[in-house]
Amino acid sequence: MERNAILQISKVGKTFDTRSGSFEALRDVDLSIAEGEFVSIIGHSGCGKSTLLNLVAGLEAPTLGGIFLDGMLVDGPGPERAVVFQNHSLLPWLTVYGNVRLAVDKVFGARKSAAERDEWTREMLSLVNMSHAAGKRPSEISGGMKQRVGIARALAMEPKVLLLDEPFGALDALTRAQLQDSVMDIHARLGNTVVMITHDVDEAVLLSDRIVMMNNGPAAGIGEIHEVRLPRPRHRLEMSENAAYLAARTAVMRFLTRNRIEKVA
Amino acid sequence: MKTVRLSVIASEEYGEAGGAVAPVIPPVSTKEEVSPMASRTSQIETFLRPFVLPGITFGFILMVWTVAQATFLPTFPGVPDVWAKAVETFADPLYVNGPNDMGIAWQVAYSLGRVLAGFFLALAVGIPVGFLIGANKTFEQAWMPLIAILRPVSPLAWLPIGLLIFRAVDPSAIFVIFITSIWPVILNTAAGVKAIPQDYLNVARVLNFNRREMVVKIYVPATLPYMLTGMQLSLGTAWMVIVAAEMLTGGIGIGFYIWDEWNNLSVPSIIVAIVVIGCVGILLEAGMNFIRRRYDYSGKQE
Repeated sequence: MERNAILQISKVGKTFDTRSGSFEALRDVDLSIAEGEFVSIIGHSGCGKSTLLNLVAGLEAPTLGGIFLDGMLVDGPGPERAVVFQNHSLLPWLTVYGNVRLAVDKVFGARKSAAERDEWTREMLSLVNMSHAAGKRPSEISGGMKQRVGIARALAMEPKVLLLDEPFGALDALTRAQLQDSVMDIHARLGNTVVMITHDVDEAVLLSDRIVMMNNGPAAGIGEIHEVRLPRPRHRLEMSENAAYLAARTAVMRFLTRNRIEKVA
Repeated sequence: MKTVRLSVIASEEYGEAGGAVAPVIPPVSTKEEVSPMASRTSQIETFLRPFVLPGITFGFILMVWTVAQATFLPTFPGVPDVWAKAVETFADPLYVNGPNDMGIAWQVAYSLGRVLAGFFLALAVGIPVGFLIGANKTFEQAWMPLIAILRPVSPLAWLPIGLLIFRAVDPSAIFVIFITSIWPVILNTAAGVKAIPQDYLNVARVLNFNRREMVVKIYVPATLPYMLTGMQLSLGTAWMVIVAAEMLTGGIGIGFYIWDEWNNLSVPSIIVAIVVIGCVGILLEAGMNFIRRRYDYSGKQE
């Protein structure tokens, strides 16, 4: 990638103090992500990929090393690194509109008028095709719809980096495919920088510019990085015979299988 | 009479809308499906059931009462006596014959006033304390043992303390209701704060909410259903306790009314008062249920 690195993860390590002593989750993680890039982080459960995302989000602080966004050290959570959480995390007492508006009001409260914020909220809802349900509460919509709203809420903050924490993990296969297409579409239109945690190989290959494969913990780090050389827009139906797609898929599968065997042995 | 009231309240508490009736219906409707008129008949039955069944119960109790009164409880008033007393009492519920002789509506109003005063005082103190206990481990460890000791104590045990502090009966009764109401409010609020999912807090952290926004936009709405449950428990218990408290304090109020009528040996009035107390209790319960359901999103989530 020749473009400027917007996000830099530099020699990051994370050790948790647990009741049974300290646990080193991550060691020496080095990664540089370019503006507009879509990067997936994949690995077996417990490899620390969610920990890495939490560090980038600022929800947790690294024990060693540092994370830099636009050259600035990350020292806490903030809307410029909006997170789409795995279980949607919509506030159940607010409507769909209210959930997005909450974020819009906080981030743009000082800069935009109420009318502008209303318009922006509605624009974000239409971006994820959720305008029809603006007045509904989270309990009244499906899991896929909730995740769409979660994405709209994150995008509404105009983040420099959009962080997706296994965003489609809890969804059925058909809904997941639909949402993946939506995310690709939004990424094509807005050109956001995206970091996505996933454990779905096809999802990683289809969506990403680069796939970061993580070793198993403890003291997990980056095992391999595979660059997906597929032109965009990508269409899932054409992928089944595409050589680059299959190569990427095989590379990731091979890595994950090898790691699995090592773990068992 | 008393037994019937209690069973109605109990079914309201444990079954959601109509839940208490539902289990009875299915076997009947399957039986009826044999005949062509089945669905029609069962529809009418379903509609009438909530009226007919309690009606039968009431009738049964009145019968037992009448039989008992006629055979081995001659001192107990008969149903007609009580009915006559009820008609008399409700003919002029708002009369005022000097400060110690007022209509039944005034008696209820004074009792309700004390209950609400104590209840709102308990909210004013209990909700903030509940928040502190739920949100702060140190505070919880410091205060929970005290609450654990005081909570099982009958609120009436506090009446002498109230009389000592306030040297007047009205504030003392309110103080007793305050003590009655505060524990469920504190404990439920604290439980609600503790039950706030980490996800909501993470959302708030990503948005860089300050402390005030955190409280107003996350803590309070997330805890509200728990608080309302606590309030419902408090109010129900407070209404029971005020009757006993007023029997001890005297003055105007439905509790002392009962005691007063006992001293006058007017048992029919006591039975009328018991029914009135039960009905007011149901209304309080229904009101709180309405408010609680209005803000209950937790059950419908997922």
